[in-house]
Amino acid sequence: MNGLATALFTLLRRDLILALRRRQDALVVLGFFVVVVSLFPLGVGPDPQLLRSMAPGVLWVSALLATMLSLERLFSDDFRDGSLEQILLAPQPLSLMVMSKILAHWLITGLPLVLISPLLGMQLNLDGTEILTLMAALLLGTPILSLVGAIGAALTLGLRGGGVLISLLILPLYVPALVLGAGAVDAVMYGSSAQAHLSLMAALLILTLLLAPWAIAAALRIMSD
Amino acid sequence: MIVWRRSAPLSRKADSPWTCVYHQPFAESPVPSMSHAARVVFPAHRLEVEGLVAERGERLLIQDLGFSLAGGELLQVAGRNGAGKTSLLRILCGLSRPLEGRICWDGVPVQRREEGPTAHLAYLGHTNALKDELSGEENLRIQSALQGRRLGRDEAWEVLGRMGLGGHEDLPVKFLSQGQKRRVALARLLLVRRPLWILDEPFAALDVQVIEVLRSALEAHLAANGMIILTTHQAVPIQGRQHTLTLGKAS
Repeated sequence: MNGLATALFTLLRRDLILALRRRQDALVVLGFFVVVVSLFPLGVGPDPQLLRSMAPGVLWVSALLATMLSLERLFSDDFRDGSLEQILLAPQPLSLMVMSKILAHWLITGLPLVLISPLLGMQLNLDGTEILTLMAALLLGTPILSLVGAIGAALTLGLRGGGVLISLLILPLYVPALVLGAGAVDAVMYGSSAQAHLSLMAALLILTLLLAPWAIAAALRIMSD
Repeated sequence: MIVWRRSAPLSRKADSPWTCVYHQPFAESPVPSMSHAARVVFPAHRLEVEGLVAERGERLLIQDLGFSLAGGELLQVAGRNGAGKTSLLRILCGLSRPLEGRICWDGVPVQRREEGPTAHLAYLGHTNALKDELSGEENLRIQSALQGRRLGRDEAWEVLGRMGLGGHEDLPVKFLSQGQKRRVALARLLLVRRPLWILDEPFAALDVQVIEVLRSALEAHLAANGMIILTTHQAVPIQGRQHTLTLGKAS
């Protein structure tokens, strides 16, 4: 058990250190999110009411696309330099090791999106409770994006043009998170409660947490065979 | 044994951070003595492979292969390019699955071992499995912890010093040469302390000095009752019991 905890913590720490020494990877994701959201007012015009009604969808779609950007490198760096083989050979269960990597990925790319979303919400004329709902939905939703995206990243490991393939594979699977996340903010906007959406989102997160690690581990084993 | 080490770790915040390190001439690095490995002596183990069949892209590579290996023995896998040497090593590691056949460690099929199917081996493939942004010391400590063994800073420095990398311990690996990177990867082998080493082309692209380092490491491992399976195109004079397995003789 001790060896397991050490290995999981080490892998998490390693990925965080690597992200710190290669900051551009995380910053690109965050920058993309900010730029895409900021382009919408320029495209559709500065009508505050229109922007407000579009905001949930715009923010969520931008978050999905920003996450897609970071997915390709989730396993491919480790695959290229041989670290992935060593992780596969470690005596610890691969599905737990994968969870460690995904937690690191979420901390590097998902959490910054959650933290910067209030600013972008204000930019799109959302009010206080709507912004809080948006943050809660993103907090529950971005881990789902990382987990489901990791399945796609594992399945396209070592393939040429993997990035495009990930998008085709994974974006359809993001639909439930998108519908629930944008729906939660919409519900608050039209005066009802977001509780149903958020509860469903939490249930979806738990389901993904249970199933995705096995799928990712199996995909990694197949693709590195 | 000479332990050759810089007195104080170099600060990364120095004005010209890395250049000064290179002033230490590489030739000063001593050929490491591998006496440490004699401290760890592995108990008698046995690796048995029976009826192994493997294919690669619908082509039958390995047919009904069987061998057994005891402690202190080296198996050299020979064969022309494409004969399936790397595939065989990856199967022995458990990275690939054979179509048929059994691999047993101490009489137990590796998949059914309590410690896990790979707890007895260390693998060094074509790649060094090092992270360019991390230093040699960090790489070693992380790799070791991932394999379930926590490693102190002193121990990592000592092994790196013994591999002739004294003074390069806290340098990001991307500033090291190919041969030096290979040395760090070899230091990992020494540190995880597994009885079976599986090495894919360990001598490829190494200079004479590093080949000597590797040769003495391999001999020390055999002397400590360890097992080695390796592929190589070169004849490397290693003291110890050796077997050769030639793949793809038929064609």
